[in-house]
Amino acid sequence: MRDLFYDLVRRNGMAVSIYLMLAVSIWVFLLIILPQLTMLDYSFRFNLPPAKIGGPEDVYTLEQYRYFFQGSGASDGINTLDIGILFKTLFAAVFVTVFDLIICYPVAFVLAKSSAGAKARLLVLALIVPYWINEILRAFAFRILFGATGVINETGMGLGLWDTPIDFIREDVALYAGLAYAYILLMIFPLYNAIESLDRNQIEAARDMGANWWQVHAKVVIPYAKPGIASGMTMVFMLTSGALAAPQILGGPSNLWFTQLVYQWFNSGGNWPRGSAYAMVLLIVCIALVLLVMRLFKVSIGEIKQ
Amino acid sequence: MTKEISLEHVWVEFGEFTAVHKANLNIAGGEFFSFLGPSGCGKTTLLRCISGFQEPTRGKVKIGGEDMRGVGPNKRPTALIFQNLALFPLRSIADNIAFPLEVRGVDKKTRRKRADELLELIALSGQGDKKVSELSGGQKQRVAIARALAVEPDILLLDEPLSALDLKLRQHMRTELRAIQKQVGLTFIYITHDQGEALTMSDRIAVMNKGKIEQIGDGKAIYDHPTTSFVASFVGENNVLEGTVLSNDGQKMQIDAGLGTPFTVESHPAGGPALAPGDDCHLFVRPEALRISKDESSINQFESNFVTEEFEGNMRHIVMNANGKDLKLSLINDGTNAIDANAPVKLDFAPEMGIALKPGELASA
Ligand SMILES: Nc1ncnc2c1ncn2[C@@H]1O[C@H](COP(=O)(O)OP(=O)(O)OP(=O)(O)O)[C@@H](O)[C@H]1O
Ligand SMILES: [Mg+2]
Repeated sequence: MRDLFYDLVRRNGMAVSIYLMLAVSIWVFLLIILPQLTMLDYSFRFNLPPAKIGGPEDVYTLEQYRYFFQGSGASDGINTLDIGILFKTLFAAVFVTVFDLIICYPVAFVLAKSSAGAKARLLVLALIVPYWINEILRAFAFRILFGATGVINETGMGLGLWDTPIDFIREDVALYAGLAYAYILLMIFPLYNAIESLDRNQIEAARDMGANWWQVHAKVVIPYAKPGIASGMTMVFMLTSGALAAPQILGGPSNLWFTQLVYQWFNSGGNWPRGSAYAMVLLIVCIALVLLVMRLFKVSIGEIKQ
Repeated sequence: MTKEISLEHVWVEFGEFTAVHKANLNIAGGEFFSFLGPSGCGKTTLLRCISGFQEPTRGKVKIGGEDMRGVGPNKRPTALIFQNLALFPLRSIADNIAFPLEVRGVDKKTRRKRADELLELIALSGQGDKKVSELSGGQKQRVAIARALAVEPDILLLDEPLSALDLKLRQHMRTELRAIQKQVGLTFIYITHDQGEALTMSDRIAVMNKGKIEQIGDGKAIYDHPTTSFVASFVGENNVLEGTVLSNDGQKMQIDAGLGTPFTVESHPAGGPALAPGDDCHLFVRPEALRISKDESSINQFESNFVTEEFEGNMRHIVMNANGKDLKLSLINDGTNAIDANAPVKLDFAPEMGIALKPGELASA
């Protein structure tokens, strides 16, 4: 920390350094640490009417977490509904993440290795432009696209592939497609960065030594791009499992996303402590999953810098 | 085991730009063959044609008599050593060397055994588990060679492999490369823009300029009997005089170079188009071929004035001026070559040391 400060002073002078340090500290504290700590604190409290807050009944409790695991019933019951939703959410997020990886890897590779500079930048711009449109609008656009009279059903039926409109919303196809699309850039850019810095000669050397294209990717490109892959997957996974707009708009009627539960507790349920506890559960489970997978694939956090 | 390579009318064009211009040549199995030429003359492009990364726009590349068109780099019996070596930084030394075996599905034990053999060949026994980053430049060099040799290719292609090394190491690696080549008996195709490297190591050399192969021959032929002005001026130091041919009887030529009496030089019927009386020509005389005249009147004698001298211990590099033209002279420092800086000095050269060629592009210094 002190070295960092001295380094900053040496490079930017005293005034700028102090400003930088203060701004960053305030940012981190005010916008990240403080709200999270408050949430954490909330999650260990009872849901009391405002009058009783600070009173003798306002004590720490595990009640909110117990509720997540056991539900409202007897003390030996299990809250299968909410736990089920959590697992379904995680599973879906993993699916979306892997799906994004499969789509983005070839795109990132071609962007990074095949096109000449100017063309590649144009392609990147083409990727970014749709994101100037608001997330909710994009979700509604998907709803229209996948609707009973949407382009996809019309085309499919027009070509005679199926005769009655398919309910993509109920089948969750629209949801997965929307989620996969929502964070696709966060997969492409880390992959692109990682692959771009790979020396082209390494690929050619592998080819020259007899590797086929599959082996070139499996043995040279992917190991090299592993930190980028990890970073992209982490971001997409975290954001997907925490997404709210897409599941609200594109989710089938019977399908709840875990964030929707959290939202319900905060909003219609009016139970902030329980909402906080649910949010914490989601956060911790997601982090644990990410760490576990990183360990499995031998990626250290330090490697994920991009 | 070794295969001959032939290039038949190979052209490589990138849009309007011609990178290789009708290259024709045969390289025998087991030969150490070098391409020498200035930067951008198309050496790498030609090498990529042989290794399969570049298809010629016209013409044929044949290896062992087989046309290679449509055969990918992973299917050719060549191994390329890249200018920057392109070792895999995430793999250990042994895994780098065994990579070609790995992609061919050779089992782990055999791979390790072969890697150990090769490590011994490159004098790095027992260092197989090191990381690439832990090696010195010369060691990395040798690992790249071992990796290329792992599946016993017929032809090893080397693209300026020594250019990143410092002088001492470069000289050392030259000897070592040559020794490895002798030992494994492979065809080596070697690219360099360092002529010392090409001259010391190669059986034969092709000198290239702007996509064209100017001359092919062994080091002595290239140095002593260049066939184009470019080769004469690119390989080694040379003095060039502009002149006119007075006569040519197939044995001797008379050339007026504007320095008094006409010069007599040998015609070299082997090289280049013959010069006829009246033709313009470039007359090349190497600095070491110019002498201070011992006699008052010897053949090819002319007057000059001292300009400057550079002292190099065993040699003295002197610049003389003859009729407005600066000429370089290299003299052995044996005490017999005193030069009077204030009086005209007579110089001469033997007829067989003067090379008259059709005027052509000169290598820029
Ligand atoms: N893919 C390509 N597209 C267009 N031009 C190219 C391409 N590859 C090479 N060239 C051009 O062809 C010419 C020859 O390039 P090449 O790399 O063969 O030179 P070289 O002799 O190896 O030079 P150096 O000694 O600098 O490595 C250069 O002018 C280069 O700009
Ligand atoms: Mg080159």
